[in-house]
Amino acid sequence: MSEDILIRADHLSVGFQIGKGLFSKFTLKAVENVSVEIEKGSFFGLVGESGSGKTTLGRALLKAVPITGGNAHYTDGEVEYDLEKITKEELRDYRKRAQLIFQDPYAALSPRMTVRDIIAEPLEVMGLTRTRAETDERVRAIAAKCRLNLEHLRRFPHAFSGGQRQRISIARALVSDPKFVVADESVAALDVSIQADVLNLLKELQRDLGITFMFISHDLSVVAHTCDHVAVMYLGRLVETAPTRKLFSAPRHPYTKALFSAIPSLDPDDRGAAQKLEGEIPSPTNQPPGCKFHTRCPFAIDKCKSVEPELEGDGSGHEVSCHRWKELMETVPA
Amino acid sequence: MSALIDVENLTLQFHTDEGLITAVEDVSFSLNKGEVMGLVGESGSGKSVTAKSLMHLNARNAVYAPGSKITLHTEAGEVDVLSLRTPRELNVVRGGAISMIFQEPMASFAPAITIGKQMVEQLQLHSDMSKKQAREISVEMLDRVGISDAGRRFDQYAFELSGGMRQRAMIAMALSTKPKLLIADEPTTALDVTIQAQVIDLMKDLVSEFDMGIVFITHDLGVVAQTCDRVNVMYLGRLIEEGPVREVIRNPKHPYTQGLISALPKLDDLDAPLTPVPGDIPSPLERPPGCVFNTRCSQVVGPQCQAQVPHEVHVTADHQVACHIYTEAGK
Repeated sequence: MSEDILIRADHLSVGFQIGKGLFSKFTLKAVENVSVEIEKGSFFGLVGESGSGKTTLGRALLKAVPITGGNAHYTDGEVEYDLEKITKEELRDYRKRAQLIFQDPYAALSPRMTVRDIIAEPLEVMGLTRTRAETDERVRAIAAKCRLNLEHLRRFPHAFSGGQRQRISIARALVSDPKFVVADESVAALDVSIQADVLNLLKELQRDLGITFMFISHDLSVVAHTCDHVAVMYLGRLVETAPTRKLFSAPRHPYTKALFSAIPSLDPDDRGAAQKLEGEIPSPTNQPPGCKFHTRCPFAIDKCKSVEPELEGDGSGHEVSCHRWKELMETVPA
Repeated sequence: MSALIDVENLTLQFHTDEGLITAVEDVSFSLNKGEVMGLVGESGSGKSVTAKSLMHLNARNAVYAPGSKITLHTEAGEVDVLSLRTPRELNVVRGGAISMIFQEPMASFAPAITIGKQMVEQLQLHSDMSKKQAREISVEMLDRVGISDAGRRFDQYAFELSGGMRQRAMIAMALSTKPKLLIADEPTTALDVTIQAQVIDLMKDLVSEFDMGIVFITHDLGVVAQTCDRVNVMYLGRLIEEGPVREVIRNPKHPYTQGLISALPKLDDLDAPLTPVPGDIPSPLERPPGCVFNTRCSQVVGPQCQAQVPHEVHVTADHQVACHIYTEAGK
């Protein structure tokens, strides 16, 4: 495994058993055959519509849901874990190294604990500190990094606004000094004027502490501004992945193109020029054969309906899974 | 263009355990027929409360200040909305002349009654149609908003529909009584971006087809730019800027509007830093005196910002801003 890759997923699949009866039992394929590499210290974006499997992929990489196919490896120079075969002992250590920041800062914090106790809880549960003084020291250090002062630590979460609460959640996730953090829609519940503040904080933490972030979002403009590398998911599959600038300047998959053009433009004179997608994402329990996007794709041909495309790269880190991307690049303007 | 609804000096307070909270203060605007007006602001800015008062729909602990007046112009004459009391009077406005669609369509449909039954029920409430006629119109409306196989969907329950489909059904239901005014409270916020684009298109088509006025409540300025003719920006219960959508977005005057626009991540300039508006919106219990935005403003001009409420100043004929940078007191 190359030196600078922190997490590598190989043909990773996650399925959930649905139904209890002998005959009504089937598997919902939430993530299917996904291969990604996340570089150390990078800000990796994962985008897709609801039901695309982005949250499940994030959780699988944290080993918070069982991996049902393929594999994922974590290596940070100190330890190397095979997430599929990880032992209980190793998993306890992995929890310190890989953390999650939730979407809703109102639901994620216990109303009955002070901010200090909320941030200190992971340290106590994981047994990372021996004395109270040591705990306090670490809580104060991370709180300061997240722009929370001593006065804040004594209060309860209800006294804080959405932006401040999200900073508390971030401090709690980072107090165990993780190397890998999954931020799942971490700014989606915030107002625009506050959102920028939290995004700047996350970028700062990435720079100063060398944390690798996986940033899950449905908001493409937020992803464009924060991430170094972006992966686009559709119905459990990875349809395109590329360095941010490449992806946004020259998207290759018809779905990525459609996603970009669906973002409402701030220019009032740029109305409705966009190419619109028909229909909706199919149910993951009833997936179409072939390319999963063919039911909504304006360029689908017969091959798309029967053969599922593989992710193919061009050596520059830009990979796409579409049978027709090359010819479409030539004939259809982006 | 003729006026559809006039709001004059709307001030609205709520009795709560913690005291009297001012949710909306001295808000005036009017909306013409066939016009789409965006109502923009953060959570707590009073945008939803303002829209609900157009239907006299706020909770029982709401107190409208004496000078508040909302006038709805209908074919049958003018209706003073805030003076309506009995359910029969209110029905003329609620669901009749004005309909509303909400952010979360799952929460707006009764889960144990079919979509069709709910549509028929409200049609019969607002007209003297027979059940059969009401059914025909409902299916026609479902078809019109792009729901395929409308006849079958009519007999389904809300949970059987996907998110985008539910929002379409919600729109169909809201429009089946042919309201003059549609209030859309964050109608696309819960939807995925590709579905949002479809719903926005649909709403644009319907405005021109039915010649309705729409009050479009949203926090997304991109959605405003795509749908609205005019935009009103609210902050902590006050209207701080209003004008045609092009002017407000391209040439925002109020420091808050400027801040909102520069806080947005823009796709055409990935290197531009994201600049948050510093601080948080104050609690409505601690409304700052003077200009409500003075606690977060980076362009405070002097003590008058803390002392005096800025009145609205015309920047152009129909672009107004309430900020001391532009008032006499600020110069």
